[in-house]
Amino acid sequence: MERVSKIFSYGKIRTETAFKRTLVIIALVMVVITLGIFITLVVHAMPSIKALGFSFFWSRTWDPVSNVYGALPFLVGTLLTSFLALIISVPFSYAIAIYLGEYKPSGWLSGLLKNIVELVAAVPSVIYGFWALVVLVPIVRALEAKLGVATYGVGIFTSSLVLAVMIIPYAASLGRELIRMVPSALKEGAYSLGATRYEVLKHVILPYTKSGLFAGMLLSLGRALGETMAVTMVIGNTSIMPKSIFDPGNTMASVIANEFTEADRSVYLAALIELALVLFLVTVLVNILGKMIIKRFSNE
Amino acid sequence: MESTIVSSRNFNAYFGTNHVVKNVSMDIPKNNIIAVMGPSGCGKTTYLRCINRMHELIPGASVQGEMLLHDEDLYSLNPILVRLKIGMVFQRPNPFPNLSIYDNVIAGYKLNGFKLSKKERDEIVEHSLQKAALWNEVKDTLHKKGTFLSGGQQQRLCIARAIAMEPEVLLMDEPTSALDPISTSSIEELMHELKKNYTLVIVTHNMQQAARVSDKTAFFFLGELVEYNDTREMFINPKDSRTQNYITGRFS
Ligand SMILES: Nc1ncnc2c1ncn2[C@@H]1O[C@H](COP(=O)(O)OP(=O)(O)O)[C@@H](O)[C@H]1O
Ligand SMILES: [Mg+2]
Repeated sequence: MERVSKIFSYGKIRTETAFKRTLVIIALVMVVITLGIFITLVVHAMPSIKALGFSFFWSRTWDPVSNVYGALPFLVGTLLTSFLALIISVPFSYAIAIYLGEYKPSGWLSGLLKNIVELVAAVPSVIYGFWALVVLVPIVRALEAKLGVATYGVGIFTSSLVLAVMIIPYAASLGRELIRMVPSALKEGAYSLGATRYEVLKHVILPYTKSGLFAGMLLSLGRALGETMAVTMVIGNTSIMPKSIFDPGNTMASVIANEFTEADRSVYLAALIELALVLFLVTVLVNILGKMIIKRFSNE
Repeated sequence: MESTIVSSRNFNAYFGTNHVVKNVSMDIPKNNIIAVMGPSGCGKTTYLRCINRMHELIPGASVQGEMLLHDEDLYSLNPILVRLKIGMVFQRPNPFPNLSIYDNVIAGYKLNGFKLSKKERDEIVEHSLQKAALWNEVKDTLHKKGTFLSGGQQQRLCIARAIAMEPEVLLMDEPTSALDPISTSSIEELMHELKKNYTLVIVTHNMQQAARVSDKTAFFFLGELVEYNDTREMFINPKDSRTQNYITGRFS
């Protein structure tokens, strides 16, 4: 009894309370900053929203000199590069996820692969842009010559390729974790019924992880939508609506990066900020959706 | 005379360098229930998993010695074939959570990509659930998820899933240890029924259960098969002192 009263002190309880309060405050700062970004974007985009209304989204001409701002080519450019990148990356990221998660969780090749995947996620995007410029552009140009289309080299397709490489780690690491989470009791149940490893993968692991793998795709997509530097370097930066995936174009992010310093009129600047707002909303939406699916998945 | 269906000769199993099953020789007669008993960690599960070649799925695991199925070397057959002939029920019920009761029963066929007509499927599902004494409880909810069932029902569903493949031998690793007494006794009754068509090898911690259901009992101790005899004989008159100690509860 006596020892308890010595150990117990109200000071200790006060420290606990203060610590908890500090954590909450710091967490709230993050929320406030995020909301602040959103509000700043809305306020500064207002001149453009008021002046252009919805024509901003469906007009296909972006001509700051004549004070015409139609964002459709950039919306198309963003969606096209991102989805194309996703389609290209999925076979790779899922193959890596399956290999590392199920077939060979350990061993030197797996260790190497795992480290490379993590490294790839950490490389600054300007380096990817540079690599794409030096390596991918000539390859794509040669491909375009073979196909008999204009040999720009730069453009939507090249951007999709470099984006694909950049987003592979996200879906691959998440997929690997999900695949490793599949209870071994279920896999063993299937093996005991005469299933091969491929059959276990197809009928047990993939159905069990499918919503999580889908969420991984959404997170990769979110990353692709917002990627700026690497894309800007190889997309060709033209405001003309692309007619094929081999045409040059622009994404919302690359237009903002390219033209921000040139925006000399308030409507021009506001139009760029409105682009940023759209990009912000789309990426936030895609990410929330992805997180929600993962959450539901891990609660099941 | 009863004929032998599975037999092992000087059989050993390892996890890496950890020698877990040591020199086990035993004959398993057809249409019998064999109880495998012994303290925790003495290699019962491992031995059982060697019979349907599940042991080798664990990285680093290996075996040595002879294991025969009808006088044929079980380890020279394809493991998939072995697992189709020798079914397994696990300690914790593990129905496939994304499948309905119906689809769980025929999961083995689906997994193997074996096409069945609707009529065949219906027959197999009804027949297997009947045999697993679950049909009456689930016949109106066949298309609900198997995970909505109680633990005992889930375990019987897993039994139905295993016998749907018509194996010759059914291995059960402490099939009632996660269940309540009522579910346990219904599964014990079921074992008696199943014996007519199958050979059952049952790992159990529960001596009363071994005494109630089995024809023969094998007593494992530290990886060795210490004693193997008719269950009655073993419980009345154990030959080895270690068996005696275990049965009289001097260690567990
Ligand atoms: N997956 C595994 N990896 C490594 N060692 C294992 C594994 N499973 C069991 N063992 C070891 O093998 C021994 C026997 O285990 P087991 O066959 O499960 O015993 P029992 O079923 O009789 O309780 C134990 O010492 C255990 O530590
Ligand atoms: Mg065990």
